[in-house]
Amino acid sequence: MKIGRIIGSVVCEKKIESLSGVTLLLLQPLDDNYKEKGTPVVACDTVQAGTGDLVLYEGGREAALALDNWFNPSDASVVGIIDSLEDV
Amino acid sequence: MILAQVIGPVVSTMKINQLDGYKLLRVRAVNPDGSFSGPSIVAVDTVQAGKGDTVVVIDEGGSAGVMLEVTGQPIRTVIAGIVDRIDTEERVQ
Repeated sequence: MKIGRIIGSVVCEKKIESLSGVTLLLLQPLDDNYKEKGTPVVACDTVQAGTGDLVLYEGGREAALALDNWFNPSDASVVGIIDSLEDV
Repeated sequence: MILAQVIGPVVSTMKINQLDGYKLLRVRAVNPDGSFSGPSIVAVDTVQAGKGDTVVVIDEGGSAGVMLEVTGQPIRTVIAGIVDRIDTEERVQ
């Protein structure tokens, strides 16, 4: 799992069937010091994360497995909202 | 599997149910000499590793599933062991 921050949401009226009913969020990957790193990606939400939330997300095959209907093309899915990090 | 160092715990109460009950630790890949060699990632802890421990980490879905004895779970990063010592042949320059 990696750490990122939700910076917005992505609304698609028309999208493929297997992603219908799935909320799409705009996620900014963060580096080890929680600074923005790399370009934002579109991630599927599974925990009702909101803009500004620090989140855990999964990439690759595991991203698809995080959704109820696991047969979907997601390659980034939020899997948890981070409450606290005790190393900062 | 990779060598990594435990940076610290990650607390997440609102998470997918497949992660319920698991302790999450942020780890960062290290070279055998202990210097960091990659970005940090968050792993499921199954061996009660603590902050600062050097650990062996699985970072691949299939193996993680075998370790946790589950299949088709959205988990790929699991701590498999706590390193006590690393013996290497002294490299002859």
